[in-house]
Amino acid sequence: MYTRGQVRGFLHLYIGEEAIAVGAISQLLPHDYIVTHYRDHGHALARGLDPNRVMAELFGRIDGLSKGKGGSMHLFDTEKGFIGGHAIVGGQFPLAAGLALSHQYRKSDGVCVVFFGDGSTNQGTYHEVMNLAAVWKLPILFFLENNLYGMGSRFDRVRAGGEDFYPGAATYGIDHTAVVDGMDVMAVQEATKLALESIRSGNGPAFIEAKTFRFQGHSMADPVKYRDRLETEAWEARDPLNTFPRDLLDQNLFTEAEMEEIRSSVDAEVVVAIKFAEDSPFPPDEELFTDIYA
Amino acid sequence: MTEITFRQALQRGLREALDADPNVFLMGEDIGKYDGAYAVTQGLLEKYGPDRVRDTPISEAAFVGAGVGAAVAGLRPVVELMSMSFSLVASDQIVNMAAKIRYMSGGQLKVPLVLRAPTGGGVQLAATHSQSFENWYASVPGLKVVTPSTPYDALGLLRSSIEDDNPVVFAENALLYATRGDVPDGEYLVPIGVADVKRTGTDITLVGWAHGIVTLMAAAEKLAETGVSAEVVDLRSLRPLDMETVIESVEKTGRALVLDENWRTAGFGAELAAEIGYRSSDYLDGPVARVGGTDTPSPYSRPLEQLGIPQVAWVIDEIEKTYGI
Repeated sequence: MYTRGQVRGFLHLYIGEEAIAVGAISQLLPHDYIVTHYRDHGHALARGLDPNRVMAELFGRIDGLSKGKGGSMHLFDTEKGFIGGHAIVGGQFPLAAGLALSHQYRKSDGVCVVFFGDGSTNQGTYHEVMNLAAVWKLPILFFLENNLYGMGSRFDRVRAGGEDFYPGAATYGIDHTAVVDGMDVMAVQEATKLALESIRSGNGPAFIEAKTFRFQGHSMADPVKYRDRLETEAWEARDPLNTFPRDLLDQNLFTEAEMEEIRSSVDAEVVVAIKFAEDSPFPPDEELFTDIYA
Repeated sequence: MTEITFRQALQRGLREALDADPNVFLMGEDIGKYDGAYAVTQGLLEKYGPDRVRDTPISEAAFVGAGVGAAVAGLRPVVELMSMSFSLVASDQIVNMAAKIRYMSGGQLKVPLVLRAPTGGGVQLAATHSQSFENWYASVPGLKVVTPSTPYDALGLLRSSIEDDNPVVFAENALLYATRGDVPDGEYLVPIGVADVKRTGTDITLVGWAHGIVTLMAAAEKLAETGVSAEVVDLRSLRPLDMETVIESVEKTGRALVLDENWRTAGFGAELAAEIGYRSSDYLDGPVARVGGTDTPSPYSRPLEQLGIPQVAWVIDEIEKTYGI
């Protein structure tokens, strides 16, 4: 749809990282909040946001979640506790702290999970909010999707602290930290479950680092000249969209026919979403001026 | 009516809001145990406790953004910045988050957040602690910018700001904290976006806001001595801007002077002067007169610092130069 010109602007694909959103978000409760970065389609779909309205948002149409005003980087659905889609790297950390604070203030058992990439760990807000969350014992789950590259810069070109990020969280007083294979949906799920248990029992924030890789470029505009194709291929061999179904088949939990049925139902869902987006009109002119003030 | 200081008016506004709504809470650097850098929050921690009067780390981006998060979740945070200059550290959260999240979510979210901050110079704090920036924030759609000049307006506008469902930058010129004025004994609101004629006159309209009003009122007194009757219009908020009251006054008096204590170049005064000229040129006896701060950083040394801050004499001289009165 992007190459056909239906989706414009920046579009950051989540391909390769799906096991994280699916595994982590499956463990959340309806009243938990999710805050994420601009590579947000995976989280949105995993949280159950309407794929039709997500696609319409990408198309810039009135039936998009944000009436076409946010675009792919800014998906929101308050009904699902999905508070963006944020496109300033690291800008989402403070917002997540405030959402977590609202749960604490209201004495709710709710949690806010904030997804972020390794690139954002060099922003000041990352460090400020880890400290704030730890000192206030906020119910927040820091979820690092470490895909090794911040746009075109591999982590070791912009960071001297080594390949593991999770040990740093402990230095802020975050006691529950974990590292997990981000290509393994079951491992992500289990790590998230344990972290949420810790947070909900009042221990304050937790931190999970998932090792992963984005198979495509940073955005559709990226010709990917900064990394070796072999590196990508090694990760692609571990694509959770292939390995997880294979595991399920090997364990006889699904038949090949059932798997095929799931695949074709997903394909059908995509076709429906595209049709929905194509049929939705562009926002009327007056929408330029609405939603600025409440 | 009771005479109180600007500082007392703000504290009363905070207490009334905390009493009225359990969703209201305060946070900022040293607003609790220390009693606030400018003592606006003195005694509030003791009365309302640490959940509602929260001391924060020195992390402006974190706690301003946390204010946005708490606000979109339905709370009503009142965040204090120790200086408007420090808001620059949090400006991404103010401009890209607080002001944009409603629009980018297609109206799903609202941000009932108040950012209070002392502004302005004149007390030898040097270049990085003597700035205002309310004119910068006034150019950002999605924000409201409130700039009171009296205890009455400070209290009424603070209550309105806390009740507002939008992010409000509430600029408190530090030179005003000790100024005194009458306020009603009961609770009241001053609506945001309504200018106030602080003094009526017939010969010239003097437009300003916040501490600029102190200068303009003194200038009007001085002008009266020479038989010039000046009307002083206090904008009270820069966004939304009540241009109607300004235009009505200018078209009555036929002359206008705009005072902007910030840097003159590309300041809010320029916007005002352009708009007055554009809308009322048929009524004006000459160009719109402008007084602004010098285009310099604020120096520490007192005589130098005062050289850069608009004085009553500048206003008088500018009027004489422009209109010959």
